[in-house]
Amino acid sequence: MSRTLTRADIVDSLIKEINLPRSLATEVLEELLTELIDAAVQGNGVKVSSFGSFIVREKSQRIGRNPKTGEEAVISPRRVITFRPSQCLKEAVHFSRKKAA
Amino acid sequence: MTKSELVQKMARQFPQMTLKEVENAVDLVFDEITTSLATGNRVELRGFGAFSVRYRDQRVGRNPRTGESVQVEGKYVPFFKAGKGLRERLNKDVA
Repeated sequence: MSRTLTRADIVDSLIKEINLPRSLATEVLEELLTELIDAAVQGNGVKVSSFGSFIVREKSQRIGRNPKTGEEAVISPRRVITFRPSQCLKEAVHFSRKKAA
Repeated sequence: MTKSELVQKMARQFPQMTLKEVENAVDLVFDEITTSLATGNRVELRGFGAFSVRYRDQRVGRNPRTGESVQVEGKYVPFFKAGKGLRERLNKDVA
């Protein structure tokens, strides 16, 4: 059975596991995401031990191609965020999936 | 920024919570994401991004030191895709 985890689920576990009142649990999760976003916007990555790192990369301008039409187009310089999972997270995901498969 | 710096920043916004309580909450959020991915489920946080599990097929790799060919088994890896909101905010000042 597959089900997507959302904000509401995380808020529920903050309530159940550490007894936060609902409104505070919601605010804490929002504040956490806001801090991650703010750091990224300032160009700073965030390293969360035993989870992974969010890394901000500057991409320079390049000529790309529309894969459907074959037309060339200039891709302007931009910033992208990537996530590098920690060894811990990789193992948690790989081993439990392998068992399930 | 490290997790402890993140916890300290957040703690300033929540004077009603101790540093330890904020830390426990932050740990729980990342634990929930980990658990969900480990059970094969996606995590979707609108405006931020989505975590999912992707399968990397087996391939023939090479030992970079010896140049020897080795069979690399297929594996499941965590994957993060930034949400539209985050992508746009990252490039607001550049665009």
